[in-house]
Amino acid sequence: MIELDAVTVTAYASHDGRSEDVVTLLGPVTCRLTERRIAVVGANGSGKSTLARLVNGLALPSSGSVRVDGLDTSRDGPAVRQRVGFVFTDPEAQLVMPTPLEDVALSLRRLRLPAAERDARARAVLERFGLGERAEVPVHALSGGQKQLLALAGVLATEPAVLVCDEPTTLLDLRWRRAVDELLAGLDQQVLLVTHDLDAAERAERVLVVDGGAVVFDGDPHEGVAAYRALMSGRRPW
Amino acid sequence: MARRARRAGRPQRAPWAGPLGLYHPGATVLHRARPGLKLAGLAVLGVAVVVATGPLSAVLALGVAALLALVGRLPPHVTLRGLGPVLLTAALVGAYQWWARGWAVAVEVAVDLVALVLTAVVVTATTPSDRLLDTLTRLARPLRHVGLPPETFALAVGLMLRTVPVLARTAHEVRDAARARGLERDPRALLVPAAIRTVAHARSVGDALAARGLGEEPDGRPSRRARP
Repeated sequence: MIELDAVTVTAYASHDGRSEDVVTLLGPVTCRLTERRIAVVGANGSGKSTLARLVNGLALPSSGSVRVDGLDTSRDGPAVRQRVGFVFTDPEAQLVMPTPLEDVALSLRRLRLPAAERDARARAVLERFGLGERAEVPVHALSGGQKQLLALAGVLATEPAVLVCDEPTTLLDLRWRRAVDELLAGLDQQVLLVTHDLDAAERAERVLVVDGGAVVFDGDPHEGVAAYRALMSGRRPW
Repeated sequence: MARRARRAGRPQRAPWAGPLGLYHPGATVLHRARPGLKLAGLAVLGVAVVVATGPLSAVLALGVAALLALVGRLPPHVTLRGLGPVLLTAALVGAYQWWARGWAVAVEVAVDLVALVLTAVVVTATTPSDRLLDTLTRLARPLRHVGLPPETFALAVGLMLRTVPVLARTAHEVRDAARARGLERDPRALLVPAAIRTVAHARSVGDALAARGLGEEPDGRPSRRARP
């Protein structure tokens, strides 16, 4: 279970290049997320990625608290990250090692398994994700979709309880978008999905609409998507 | 013009990925050898080329490196392509040394450089990065006494191996972007975006490592970076 209690995130910002003001990026947000599939939608810069990063402890609240299964992200960061996997929009930054096999094995290192077992588990994970035959090709030779699949495999190899995905399909074509959506739908984990794909948002059990750093809707997916469409209608991006 | 036409007619190559870091699966004696032994061999060769002077010893070192590459069954075309910039650097350094100190020193310096890099290529091409990290983690245990977790040290080496192809791709994309705007001869249009993107990539990788809990102690103790 993910709990946000009066969470705000603030940052310094400069408008004229000289003086700095404190601006609120998000909040205050209070909610308890217990559903297995939760979608977060919102315009670019609305604060939805900040919300996602709070759950993994990548961003820490300026005030309030974020807890995952009772663990506080500010106090128990490493333990939270063992429970919460995070998938980024661009897999390129997430893939660290030269080949898929080595990258998944890298994720498994923190489990302190013997090398042979690490290897076997990494191969099994790659097989499960349909990347078994690409296990030893250079990562840079994979397609964008395969890279995102590999990023997911690397995160899920350690079997986290919660998976946070920050726009995982934004850079993918329709085929890979569908493949990643299907994969996420079949997971046992609780999934918090930040997305611009409103079809995917409607398939969730709960939708949060973020606008201007505030959660302006929290509830039924169909109503949430309709609220987001209404919010964006007639609004210019500049 | 003719050069551009020749390029247009050729099949495209994958972006250059650097000489180091790409493992070539195999079952040769070098693939089966322990990574620690291979790293020790590389260190011995490094010391040997510094201690032994003269062009003959350099050529001998290069012969050993080439023999190891043959034994490890490294694909010649891929290996040579990866070594391209190293060969160019060796040629430039050799040319300068020839002008400054004579042909014998020039041959020694240039050939030593190629021999060492080729031997390092053999080590990384016949050792999975995961095993290399295991060995480096073991070797770096004493660093714990000065506050550096061995896993972090090993991870830094792994990152270095992966970063070369990423930087090569960034340079390629920046060059294409500059070309698309007709700015291919403006060094600012190449260097500034390449530097900014490199820093941005470093920040993204840092975030991704933190998100995966890498660089934190495996038993859950917070690393210095993760401590709020």
